[in-house]
Amino acid sequence: MRLSEPRLLIDINHVAVLGGIEERGGALRIGALARHSEVGASPLVARLAPLVHQAIPHIAHPAIRNRGTFGGSLAHADPAAELPACAVALDAVLLLASRRGERKVAARDFFRGIYATALAPDEIVTAIEIPPAPAGGRSVFLELARRRGDYAIAGLAAAARPGDLRLVFFGVGDRPIEAKAATAALQREPAAGRVAAAQAALARDLDPPGDLQADGATKLHLARVLLGRAAAALAA
Amino acid sequence: MSERPLSFLDRPNSYIGRSVPRPNARRLLQGRGTYVDDIRLPRLLHAVFLRSPYAHARIAGIDTAAASRLPGVVRVVTAADLAGLYTPWVGTLSHLKGLKSAPQHPLAQGRACWQGEPVAAVVAESRAQAEDAAAQIAVEWQELAPLASAEAALASGAPAIHAALGDNLAFARAVDTGAVDDAFARADAVVAETFTFARHTGVCLEPRSILAEFDRSERRLTLHCSSQVPHMMKEIAARHFALAETDVRVICRDVGGSYGIKIHVYPDEMATIALALLLGRPVKFVADRLESFVSDIHAREHRVAARMAVSKSGEILAIDIDDLTGIGPYSTYPRTSAIEGNQVVNLTGSWYRCANYRARLRVAFQTKPPMSQYRAVGHPIACAVTEGLVDLAARAIAMDPAELRRRNLIADDAYPCTSPAGLIFEKLSHQRALARMLELMDYAGLRREQAALRARGIHRGIGLASFVEITNPGPAFYGVGGAPISAQDGCTLRLEPGGAVTCAISITEQGQGTETMVAQIVASVLGVALERVRVVTGDTERTPYGGGTWASRGAGIGGEAALQAAKALRANILDLAGAMLQAAPADLDIAQGWIVDAVSGARRIGLDEVGRAGYFRGDTLPPGIQPELVATRHHQPRDYPFAFTNGVQASWLELDIETGFVRLLKHWVVEDCGRVVSPLLVDEQIRGGVVQGLGGALFEECLYDGEGQLLNGTLADYLVPMAGEMPDIEVAHVMTPLAGTELGAKGAGEAGTAGAPAAVMNAINDALAPFGATVAEQPFTPARILRALGRT
Ligand SMILES: Cc1cc2nc3c(=O)[nH]c(=O)nc-3n(C[C@H](O)[C@H](O)[C@H](O)COP(=O)(O)OP(=O)(O)OC[C@H]3O[C@@H](n4cnc5c(N)ncnc54)[C@H](O)[C@@H]3O)c2cc1C
Repeated sequence: MRLSEPRLLIDINHVAVLGGIEERGGALRIGALARHSEVGASPLVARLAPLVHQAIPHIAHPAIRNRGTFGGSLAHADPAAELPACAVALDAVLLLASRRGERKVAARDFFRGIYATALAPDEIVTAIEIPPAPAGGRSVFLELARRRGDYAIAGLAAAARPGDLRLVFFGVGDRPIEAKAATAALQREPAAGRVAAAQAALARDLDPPGDLQADGATKLHLARVLLGRAAAALAA
Repeated sequence: MSERPLSFLDRPNSYIGRSVPRPNARRLLQGRGTYVDDIRLPRLLHAVFLRSPYAHARIAGIDTAAASRLPGVVRVVTAADLAGLYTPWVGTLSHLKGLKSAPQHPLAQGRACWQGEPVAAVVAESRAQAEDAAAQIAVEWQELAPLASAEAALASGAPAIHAALGDNLAFARAVDTGAVDDAFARADAVVAETFTFARHTGVCLEPRSILAEFDRSERRLTLHCSSQVPHMMKEIAARHFALAETDVRVICRDVGGSYGIKIHVYPDEMATIALALLLGRPVKFVADRLESFVSDIHAREHRVAARMAVSKSGEILAIDIDDLTGIGPYSTYPRTSAIEGNQVVNLTGSWYRCANYRARLRVAFQTKPPMSQYRAVGHPIACAVTEGLVDLAARAIAMDPAELRRRNLIADDAYPCTSPAGLIFEKLSHQRALARMLELMDYAGLRREQAALRARGIHRGIGLASFVEITNPGPAFYGVGGAPISAQDGCTLRLEPGGAVTCAISITEQGQGTETMVAQIVASVLGVALERVRVVTGDTERTPYGGGTWASRGAGIGGEAALQAAKALRANILDLAGAMLQAAPADLDIAQGWIVDAVSGARRIGLDEVGRAGYFRGDTLPPGIQPELVATRHHQPRDYPFAFTNGVQASWLELDIETGFVRLLKHWVVEDCGRVVSPLLVDEQIRGGVVQGLGGALFEECLYDGEGQLLNGTLADYLVPMAGEMPDIEVAHVMTPLAGTELGAKGAGEAGTAGAPAAVMNAINDALAPFGATVAEQPFTPARILRALGRT
């Protein structure tokens, strides 16, 4: 398609240390080269990061899930992609490496805008670490796409831990967006008006730009619907 | 012995009416198909086009010097370089009175009129080299004001896109029959709606492709192309490149889908032919997916303001429509771009008894890609307008929509009859089809289920849509207007010495199963096993002359030619066998590859023995016997201009009123295409057609901005319908064989697309009814549905 014409293409497929899914020091470590299909089928991921497990089937189709990588999806940073939102919702940490050494960047600091990340030009993602889901934790993953497998018009990755709730929206901004005002409203308000208050507050968290599928107002509306559904699911 | 001898169609071993495996499926599934891109010839070059990035712009200059110097580049050409190699073409037909268009050329002549118009071409040793070079062509553009919408193009004072034509009105037509104003005046209810249909396009698995090879020594041109109309392409090439008609050969090997995209003359394909002539080397052009979006014909883009008058008792009294459609800057050659609007005028309301009908059509030039015939030309528009109005009318008089249809559909015993716009219907079965549908879908049960679910906040809708489909067009469709488009087709059958049969036929295979259908007919009539019939299509030097496959004409016309050719060959074979066996040919028959006794069925000699005697052992035959083991027959529809089919579709869907998302739960089609040769192939045609119709109703839309720029020209952004969103599609048939042919087959290729959008629209509006909301703008996106619900 000649959309980009890189002068240099480095194939990292055979760098063994970039692969694998394991439990290490209590955290879930997913190698950058782990394929979406591998992540989706992993019992370890299902147990330690159920949100990711729930998200994988929403990524495109099996053929793409067989090739697309966890690290590639994060590094690509499509604002409508599923995994970046999960990474933020789960307080994941990305391991980055370059000839200068290794560093760790929290997912919430990693995404900087449309296709823009904290990666330096000479840096790669080697792995991602996800704190394990605690006992009593719950997660809900919702997205609205015109066709199964499409990027979301609006999506929500929600993770609840005892005393803590993360609502991270995707497809409604230039990066995954944590809905702090809505979350606060959900936690603060009395049960009866809680959801409506959170839906109202969402306007302070999100100002979605329109795209080919929907204008900004429609996206905000859809995000509110998802918020209501996630709240119901988490309360159930 | 039965009293009436069994016909070829219903003999015990007949393949007619049976689903059989497709002989070509194994080859295609094993990846052994040969598409144009698979053809590699010695000294082959590759063409790539530089296309206009603007909807409307003057070309002040083109600098090709840098591009020409790049490695592998053989030639870079602009319009001037091709001058004199061809004659331009104009997309008009004399029977479409008043239709005008401007001459078209392979490359833009100093001005581009749509984003995607080819401006320059690079020919190189490889496609990649040609692409690299195309990026280096420097064009000095001077932007002109675009006229993207049909409304803007027809606004008073709008500049004419082609000054010589005076204005942007390409074609207009008006029909006014009966007493329309009176009927509206005395109606108990009048309903009105403006229906909008987005521009969309056909997305073929194999993009448009052509490989042109010119042998200078003999001035012979061979075109390998992905086309539905090999003989038309031959005529066009001969005509516009001044070649003898016998010096052009068109070969279409496997064709990966077409849907009407591949029946038109495209500038880039004509440029590829010109380049082959210019360079004396074979040149291949395969459109990539991105350029397909801006160079394949588009379709639809209609806005129809419509009204219907109805009485309290449920009589449809009058229909009045006003259709405005935009066709891009040129009327497409040679079929024109006026046909779709013309069909809307012809078809709207034509399945109801209502005699008061008024229609106005305006077809406008605009600066977008040319629009022309795509599967079910005009039908989905006429059907959605008619059936949308019927549902609105039913609501206005509080009558069940199925009942309103029952009261107004033309009675099954009222044929032949003529519609207000002049269509002649030979014999249709609307009432039987509707009755069958209501039973098939359990209409009453669904209504109860709907009511029960509604009480629980689940909003489901039921939509019905009756329709007619134009199939088997005669010469009145294009031929009378001067187009080199044949309405007849031919079939040649040859008995091989070993008893197999080679069948060469002028209709074409583009994935729909033509070859299987033809083989079934030939094998049935000749009494041979299906595997013994080899069907050859898609080669102007190896098949009889004919129209090809479009307008749902393959089975009805080509199938009849095959049937008649098989009868003729059968008679020849029996003549020879009679001479060999000293029996009267009438006392013999052919069954399972054997000459048998007609009465007892006892085997006499094998077909291989007949073939051998005919070809190798003439010495054993009685004097005076000249075996004729080849037979050719042609067929063309004469009694009626078209063979109409009819049917009804129904949709059952669930609407998420919070998100505006539609989930298709089930779709039914009852249709009458006359004799069904292969239930498998017909049902799959119907289903595939429905899916394309659902695409138009829910997903597909070429989104243009006000500057005439396509916003979603990739398969990531242009949403084709995918399996995940498709409902189960149940198909049932009513069979009213076509008179005037022995086979009795009408077409089935477009019925699905014709009725599906209307059924879905009505179902969505049925689900929306409790909210007093309606939608009439296709595709029915979540955003549009939410807007109708007042939620955004
Ligand atoms: C048709 C289609 C549909 C899709 N639908 C979805 C969808 O619904 N949801 C979704 O989330 N995704 C979707 N994707 C994206 C897909 O899931 C992959 O995540 C994406 O294509 C990245 O592929 P990849 O991992 O092979 O990375 P590549 O394509 O190889 O790389 C993508 C970018 O990331 C960089 N990169 C890759 N790996 C690393 C690394 N380890 N460190 C640093 N930089 C790196 C590359 O340089 C490049 O810039 C879709 C893709 C396709 C083709």
